[in-house]
Amino acid sequence: MSGWRFMSNILRTVQLALKSLMLHKLRSGLTMLGIVFGVFSVIAMLAIGEGASQQAQKQVLQLGATNIIVRSVKPPRENASAQNQNSFVLRYGLKRADFDLLSRTIPTVLQAVPIREITKACRFLHREMNCRIVGCTPEYLDMNHLELAQGRFISDKDRREKTNVCVLASQTAEELFQYQDPVGQSVKIADRRYAVVGVTTPREASAAIGGSMSGQEYNQDIYIPLETMRVRMGDLDIDRRQGSFSAEEVELNQITLTISDVDQVVPTAGVIRESLQQTHRSGNDYSVVVPQELLKQAAQIRTIFNVVLGSIAAISLIVGGIGIMNIMLATVTERTREIGIRRALGAKRQDITTQFLTETIVLAGSGGMIGVLLGLSTPWVFQGLKSVAERFFFESGGGSEFSEMFTNLNPQVVPASLPLAFGISVGIGVIFGMYPARSAAQLDPIEALRHE
Amino acid sequence: MSLAAQVIDLQKDYMLGTVPVQALRGVSIDFPRGDFVAIMGSSGSGKSTLLNLLGALDRPTRGHYIVGGRDVSSMTDDELSTIRNEKIGFIFQSYNLIPQYTVLENIEVPLHYRTGYPKIGEREQQRIKELAEMVGLGERMDHRPFQLSGGQQQRVAIARSLVNDPEIILADEPTGNLDSKTEQEIMEMLLRLNLEGRTIIMVTHETSVARLAKRQIYMKDGVIAGEGLFPG
Repeated sequence: MSGWRFMSNILRTVQLALKSLMLHKLRSGLTMLGIVFGVFSVIAMLAIGEGASQQAQKQVLQLGATNIIVRSVKPPRENASAQNQNSFVLRYGLKRADFDLLSRTIPTVLQAVPIREITKACRFLHREMNCRIVGCTPEYLDMNHLELAQGRFISDKDRREKTNVCVLASQTAEELFQYQDPVGQSVKIADRRYAVVGVTTPREASAAIGGSMSGQEYNQDIYIPLETMRVRMGDLDIDRRQGSFSAEEVELNQITLTISDVDQVVPTAGVIRESLQQTHRSGNDYSVVVPQELLKQAAQIRTIFNVVLGSIAAISLIVGGIGIMNIMLATVTERTREIGIRRALGAKRQDITTQFLTETIVLAGSGGMIGVLLGLSTPWVFQGLKSVAERFFFESGGGSEFSEMFTNLNPQVVPASLPLAFGISVGIGVIFGMYPARSAAQLDPIEALRHE
Repeated sequence: MSLAAQVIDLQKDYMLGTVPVQALRGVSIDFPRGDFVAIMGSSGSGKSTLLNLLGALDRPTRGHYIVGGRDVSSMTDDELSTIRNEKIGFIFQSYNLIPQYTVLENIEVPLHYRTGYPKIGEREQQRIKELAEMVGLGERMDHRPFQLSGGQQQRVAIARSLVNDPEIILADEPTGNLDSKTEQEIMEMLLRLNLEGRTIIMVTHETSVARLAKRQIYMKDGVIAGEGLFPG
């Protein structure tokens, strides 16, 4: 019964507060705005942080937490020209010997998958497009989470017999064959025909991770057996254009190693780095990417990011609180007479404190509520921001790393951040409302009644 | 005859800067139930100080003030609030209504601060309406103060002073801001309340108004200079 009475008292006090606040709609609204944006930014910041975290996790999952990726890297130019002064051909990158070394000598390596990539023009009838030709093994399909739309993927038999078969990625198939069924037809690559045996389904491009791994587009690929590629195309990739001539000799572009146990990944990476150092003296024509390490780095960066963003959001909440305090102090001065009247009619100091504190809390609380609603819309707001930014800023730049990160980022509202942000806003109401409310309560009733 | 209120050798000292001022220098008055007293005096005579003490808005430096059988002079701030709420009804010169409230809501205000905060139920709502009708504002219960004339506002204040059924009604220059016609209306209302048995203590400096009270107390230099009308 007394609990019910208590509730009805609270209700009455809140009604009273609302009535006073509605008296100055614009003023209350503007004061509230500070809290609205403060709460909104807290939720938005956390949502962006969460989005970035999920994005990073997804990327690492795509790469595989038990995988280590070793890639060939074209050495920096000045170094290269010094090395190959007397040669037209630039030799760099992973060798087949490296592959043998890594796959045979390290016991924790379960599986090693080599890849060779060349970009070449491909034709079907009169249609031509530049494709990334990927020489690979049957494991490539599962490793990259690719799926077949029709036909089959490259088989071990293809490897053994070095057959001229190929599997097309979805966009390649669409551009070259348009409305025809590609399976059973053949594609012409570098003057040789390759029978199409399968087509993969479209796959989202993987995003770059922190500079050490560039993003990868999968939809304009053609997959052929690695051995076929070696026999038909060789290791030399010659590029003639506008009178200049350059040639690169690369044996393998990438080796993906699957490690037996998650805990063994980092130690194995150390072993791999050491063994490669011995065969690659210059040490700058390959890179070892360990998704697990990337995840750790990304987490660290994200923590710093979150702390900085969180502080900014907190500052805006505090500024909002100061705004509330300011307006409440003005309100107390303005309503000194009312306070005197209430005191004369029997209000205790506590009643006055409660009244003004409730007003501040209602103000901050409704601001918080609106902020939470705005916060829930973060993903849409961000989407809008993204399309505007893409239109005006990244149009020409295209593939800069930042814009890539930005477009792939999808904020995820953290459910716990909603009550948290709302609670903070109410807390701000209490903290910043306490002083004005107490100064109102401390007024001498006689003085207050005399106030004009 | 029982007393509604009583002051015994009431004294009040102020510090005006560093100079002590004796605003009241020993005032003793008995207020029997049903009394209607007009307190008169020029400014600086101590009548405002006396009114503040009678209204339990302040504590005396020395002496006693007994209202409703309780000595107010040594009460805490919260206890004073309770006394003001239960035993005293205020009527001010400038009405002192809460501007954002309607007539009914203004009359209701003292009910918000009753001991234990009981719920304002049907019975109370009914009483508020009756009071509004009694002071002749039955048609204007939802009006706000700025929509009312001075006389009407003062009538709201009278209704408000009665809502908690107080021991005494304190009127501080109740007609000071009104023209002579409304002055008459308000005084008639107070007289009627007095006739019904209410104890009224009124501060005024208008002889014409003071004359209507049962007795007059004239103050000068912090003491009672005499009783009865002092012409001029």
